[in-house]
Formats: sequence, C-alpha cells, structure tokens
Amino acid sequence: MNMISKALKIVIVDYGMGNLNNVKNSFNKIGFDSTITHDFHEIEKATHLVLPGVGGFKDAMKELKNKDLIQPIKDAVSNHNFVSFLGICLGMQLLFEHSEEFGNAEGLGILKGKVIKFDSDIVPIIPHVGWNDINIKKNRIKEFQNIENNSFFYFLHSYYCKPDDDTITAASCSYYETFTACVKKDNIFACQFHPEKSHDAGLALLKNFVS
Amino acid sequence: MLAKRIIPCLDIKDNKVVKGINFESVKSAGDPVELAVSYNDDLADELMFLDITASFEKRKTLIELVKEISKNIFIPFSVGGGISDINDIRNLLNSGADKISINTSAVLNPDLIDEAAKKFGSSTIIIALDVKNIDGRYCVFTHGGRKNTNIDAIVWSKEVYNRGAGEILLTSMDMDGTKKGYDIKLTNLVAQNVKIPVIASGGASCAEDFENVFNEGLASAALAASIFHYKETNITAIKNYLRTKGIDVRI
Repeated sequence: MNMISKALKIVIVDYGMGNLNNVKNSFNKIGFDSTITHDFHEIEKATHLVLPGVGGFKDAMKELKNKDLIQPIKDAVSNHNFVSFLGICLGMQLLFEHSEEFGNAEGLGILKGKVIKFDSDIVPIIPHVGWNDINIKKNRIKEFQNIENNSFFYFLHSYYCKPDDDTITAASCSYYETFTACVKKDNIFACQFHPEKSHDAGLALLKNFVS
Repeated sequence: MLAKRIIPCLDIKDNKVVKGINFESVKSAGDPVELAVSYNDDLADELMFLDITASFEKRKTLIELVKEISKNIFIPFSVGGGISDINDIRNLLNSGADKISINTSAVLNPDLIDEAAKKFGSSTIIIALDVKNIDGRYCVFTHGGRKNTNIDAIVWSKEVYNRGAGEILLTSMDMDGTKKGYDIKLTNLVAQNVKIPVIASGGASCAEDFENVFNEGLASAALAASIFHYKETNITAIKNYLRTKGIDVRI
C-alpha cells in the first residue's frame, strides 16, 4: 500500500460556462477549500479536478479550446493514480465523443459514446427538471458510500449521455426513458445531476469524492 | 420518478421578504437569507427569489443578496425581477442563481428568450406570466401586474415555449393573495399547450391546493409564499400529505 500522503488540492475548471461558485460553496460547506481557475499550471497540481458546466455543448467546447484547456484536462484525467476527476452535468457530457446539441458537436472523447436529446415522442416535458431518484448500479464505489439507493438528486437537462460501454454506468435514472445518471471508469466519476444543488445527498456525494 | 416540486417564493423589496395581497402593499415577513436556510432545511425543492419592485423602479436585482443566499443553501434557486438583457442574466447566474425568471422584458423583446436560451441553455430560462381573467379572457400583464398587454396567455405560453423557454412560471393575479387555491383551469390550459414544466403560482392555502394543482392542473411545480413565511404550514407536512395521495415528492 502506498503510504505517501499527498496534499489535497481541489481544482474547479473555469471555462466561462455558468456559475462555478456554487460548486465551491458546496465544498466549503463540507469543509474543503477549492480553487476556481483556468490556469493549466493549477490544473496540473490538482488531486481532485472538477469540470462543472451549465449551457450549450458547442459553446463549452469552444471555450475549452480558446482557453487551451483540452490537453490539460486530458492529461489530468489520464493520471489515474494521482487525480480523481468529477464531471457535473455538462461537464459529464463533454467527456463523451459527440453531442446532438445544436447540430453535431465534437466532445473531449475521453469516454466512448454520445450525448443525445430526450425523445420528444416519449417524453412529454423537456427539459428534465427537478428531483429524481436514481438507481445505483455500482454501490461499492466510493462516491456512493452511505448514499441509499433511490436517493433524490436535482437534475436540469435536455440531453443525456449514452456510453458505448454500459458497464461504466454507475447509476441510472428513469424519466420516461431510462438513461445513464452517473458513470464511473477508473479515476473518473461523472453525474448528470447537480450534487451541489442536491441538498444532503449531494453534499454527501461530494464528500465521498474528496475522501 | 420525477418528484413534484414545492417552491417557496421570496418576494424581495429593500432586502426584506415581503408578500402582497393581489400585488399591492406589503407586510414584512423576515430576513431572506434566514428564510432561505430554513426552507433549505424544510425540504423545499427549490427557491424562487423575486425582486418585486425591480421592473417598476428600474432597480437592478440585488446581486449581493443572491451571492449571500448561494453561500448558504444547497438547493436550486431562481431569480427574477427587473431583468432586461443578456448582461443582467449573466450577472445573476454568475452570482449564484441557477435559473433566471423573465417577465416584462420577454414581452417587450421576445428575441431575448431565444438569445438567452441559446446562450445559457433553455433549462436556465424561466418565463414568468402574470395572468388575469378579463371578461373571460386570460390576459398577460407586465410591469409587476400593472399593465395589461391584452396578449392571450395561451398564445404567449406557446410562443415562449417555441422560442426556447425552459419553464413557465404562471401566476394567477386573480388568485394571488386570496388563499382560495390555485387557478386550476388556467394552469391546466397552459400545461396542456406546452411541453415544458409549468410552475403554478397564486392562491395556495393548504395541502389540498397542492394536490389539486398537481393532479388536475397538471403543474410540475407549485409555488407559495405567505403560507410558508408565516408558518401556517410547512413543506414537510404538505409533502407527507401528498405522499398519502399517491403524488411523488422528495422526502
């Protein structure tokens, strides 16, 4: 067992999409400091890297590109032994290869699969907004420690991720369609819901992520 | 399943939570941050934060207060009142708001809806409709309920939906402050005509009102202010009741 202790450094990637302070406020609430930055030197030092995001997929990729953040994020994610990665909402979707949003947009391609829109023939109300329970598939991963199956989390989205390899699905959610709510692969955990807005269950998940 | 949402509304004037009767004068009902925290603890699903004087007095919404609330609550909250352009929306989102509610400006400049939805995502944009029954016709009012636009509420609902609004906050001015229950007919009409969530508002007095607006009004969420501010009831009690009636809620 590796006994070398490492200093915790939570970095929230700032790429100009939505408010990141809410994520920082949540980490504060559970007793952890975090840094909001788009400086790749800081991203390099992260032990815990968070990619949040609200807004359009295409704009988000454009911002990541303009700020030269694509490679630093990929480098950090590939550092399996040192970095834990958390993608939230759009930050989860960006991990995949492409999205249907506003035409076909290319994503980071870290995970295989695509981002698709809810089928309006099946789903009467889009976006999916509000508190939905999740069905936990991987109850032994650290992120779900002490979180009960069917806990409610806050969702706000019109698109969802469809991984090629469904075994990375850590939790699913049913809203007319059943879709992937969380993925877990190596050091990557990503969720379609907003833990920073999901009251006690969300704060517990964030605490698990840094533990 | 997706839970029906209960949303306390904090009408803000001069940094105080206030609640009018039919949009008229007000009694003080508490400190907004304190109330926000207590609602966060009482299983509120979301908070709505409306600067009720903003559009009339051309005052900008209280950015500092929004920041303070976002540091203290960990459920979503929306901000409305006096929002006139993309910059206002960006500033509020950057201060911690999750969604922005737009009323008058959307009527004056409908393209703002398209632009905002494209820029920040539909799911962050709520279009608020203040509606009053005038001779059997549901009319949209602007400027804090002071100006009748003569626009039909159903026509306008469809338009805002088509332009990319993520949700509709539907306030019945006839019921607001009366404690006679939500306007079920109006809520149902709007909900049947759009494919986005409708948040019903105006008139709540008891748990049965919530049951009715969810079951018959087809609302996705219901908003209330005074019954919560004055502690006439609490959200947990309403949710317990709704659960016994088979309505999905987060407890």
